[in-house]
Amino acid sequence: MFKYNIKLAFKSMRRNPAMTALMVAAIAVGIGVSMTTLTVFYMMSSNPIPEKSDVLFAVTMDSWNPLRPFDEDEPERAPHQLTFHDAERLLALAEAKRQTAMFESSLIIEPLNDDDLPFEAGARVASSDFFTMFNVPFLYGSGWDKSTDSSADPVVVLGKELNERLFGGEDSVGKSLTMQGIRFRVLGVTDHWEPTPRFYDPINGGFQEVNDMFIPYSLTRVLELRSEGSDWGWKSEDITSFEQWLNSENVWVQYFIELDGARDRDEYVSHLDAYVGEQKKLGRFERPMNNNIYNVEEWMAYHEVVANDSKVLVGLSFLFLVVCLLSTIALTLTKFVGKKAETSLRRALGASRKMIFKQQIVEVGMIGFTGGLIGLSLAALGLVGIEYIYEAPGGLVKMDWIMVMTAIAVAVISSIIAGLYPAWRVCRIPPATQLKTQ
Amino acid sequence: MLQMKQIRKIYRTELVETHALREMTLAVNKGEFVAITGSSGSGKTTFLNIAGLLESFDSGNYILDGEDVSRLNDDDRSIYRNQKIGFIFQSFNLLPDLNLFENIDVPLRYRRLGKADRKQRIEHALETVGLASRMKHIPAQLSGGQQQRVAIARAIAGNPRLLLADEPTGNLDTGMAHQVMELLEEIHAHGTTIVMVTHDPELAARAGRNIHLKDGCVLEDELTDTQEDIPQVQGLNGHEPLVAQA
Repeated sequence: MFKYNIKLAFKSMRRNPAMTALMVAAIAVGIGVSMTTLTVFYMMSSNPIPEKSDVLFAVTMDSWNPLRPFDEDEPERAPHQLTFHDAERLLALAEAKRQTAMFESSLIIEPLNDDDLPFEAGARVASSDFFTMFNVPFLYGSGWDKSTDSSADPVVVLGKELNERLFGGEDSVGKSLTMQGIRFRVLGVTDHWEPTPRFYDPINGGFQEVNDMFIPYSLTRVLELRSEGSDWGWKSEDITSFEQWLNSENVWVQYFIELDGARDRDEYVSHLDAYVGEQKKLGRFERPMNNNIYNVEEWMAYHEVVANDSKVLVGLSFLFLVVCLLSTIALTLTKFVGKKAETSLRRALGASRKMIFKQQIVEVGMIGFTGGLIGLSLAALGLVGIEYIYEAPGGLVKMDWIMVMTAIAVAVISSIIAGLYPAWRVCRIPPATQLKTQ
Repeated sequence: MLQMKQIRKIYRTELVETHALREMTLAVNKGEFVAITGSSGSGKTTFLNIAGLLESFDSGNYILDGEDVSRLNDDDRSIYRNQKIGFIFQSFNLLPDLNLFENIDVPLRYRRLGKADRKQRIEHALETVGLASRMKHIPAQLSGGQQQRVAIARAIAGNPRLLLADEPTGNLDTGMAHQVMELLEEIHAHGTTIVMVTHDPELAARAGRNIHLKDGCVLEDELTDTQEDIPQVQGLNGHEPLVAQA
């Protein structure tokens, strides 16, 4: 009977193409708009590293001004980043299974050929554990080993795109490039890696692109690298040298750890408390003890990676879908009531109310399915528009199969909901009233 | 076959009550061909709708083929209509975007018959009405008389016990009306009980029994000269009988 109802639905849709087109258009526009915003929201709020998000933690310690909190609006919050010397000390203590200190910087790459010009590339300055902790995929080679964390060897891991630009995409492991006048040896090339949101650094933008390359944290001193990301300070300090800068109370280093399991969390916080306790004795950390670690999802929420505006926008777009569905209800009612003579005849020939109801529901489901397919195309166009307007990275606004299936399901289910009342109305029409006048 | 006892039907609006049937008592035996006549508003169509389980009634008893149908719920009435009753309407009531095969298929689909069974019944019914070669045509490609023959094929394809015809020749010219009437007579000759509403006294005279309604009551009920006692049991056009035996 289902196949028969599908056949009847096709015939009915063809019988009144203008009405059908209006119904499909109403659903398609509603689905297009709502799925565009929902896809962006879904991509923004998705877990970028589900396999490890509960064992990776961002570390915060409150080394801020004793007279006022880091965030006046939320005084319980500690600074999001650490001072260089605190990060360096935590790295040395190495109390977690893995840990990385890191910040964003950039270096000038000197041309490999005489015809080329030097250019600036973004770099993530990080510890050796960075690659293992964050499951960075490698196309060639690997990251550096732990010895480099102290030896400060000039080595680099290139991102896939930078490797294509410099070496035409070939295996460049062992090759060299010159940056800041120093010859760097290529240790590895990462494969495409675009965690969305960029969970390891929401402070500098959860939806920024991954850095072009990665260099050892131990090179910070050697190259006198400064953060090109966020950098906060509260203390009036006389800084005249790079070393003084490193020893200042400015917070600009992000610190992530990996624990064996979530149950080690309290233990690590105790370790932080112990460290801060020591620092208090030295006259630092004058604020009340406030050390925290946040797993990936907590860290995303902390930084409101998904802004409230996005949630409001999703809500508004679904309200728009509701308006489209109300139009669909009106159109469906008009269409179904227009078929009451046919419905009466079918009832006279033995169709029960249930059979008529199912037939109408299959028809609106088909209209919803068609509207969903067209709505998907509109959503794809909308996402291209968003990518263009906001210059968003490519990965952010792609619709995965879950969203495609969701769009179709929303279209079919919502159109069926819109068709319930008209279908109920039409199957309640007494058959005898229409047969004489058909 | 059909026994109505003191059936009353009143149509009510906010302002007025219309008594369509006033305690009508009527019986139609198996194998009869009954013509219902009467002026406009006499209750002919209301009677036919109630007889066909398309409408409920306010009081009285109605026994159809041995079953008290006043107790049936809507679903059961649909099943009863589908399995025991065939309808022929004045305006044919064919579905315009279905071809002849698909039109006749409609009630058989609701009976959930198998594909092969449906096909055999449809082809047989179309052969009976002489339209087997047109089964892929749509109704608009046929004349009025041919469309009414398709409607008859649809009505008999399910082998109904009772055929209800509401002015089946009302939209046809005299020649076509006679063809359709002959077809109904053939079907009746094979044992199907037929109740036909008509305004045409000539056609009514060809039925075995005439019932004249007035103001929702039976005014006259008489046998005609054409009444045959026992219907023939032989298929039309040499086929097995399509319709149930009396």
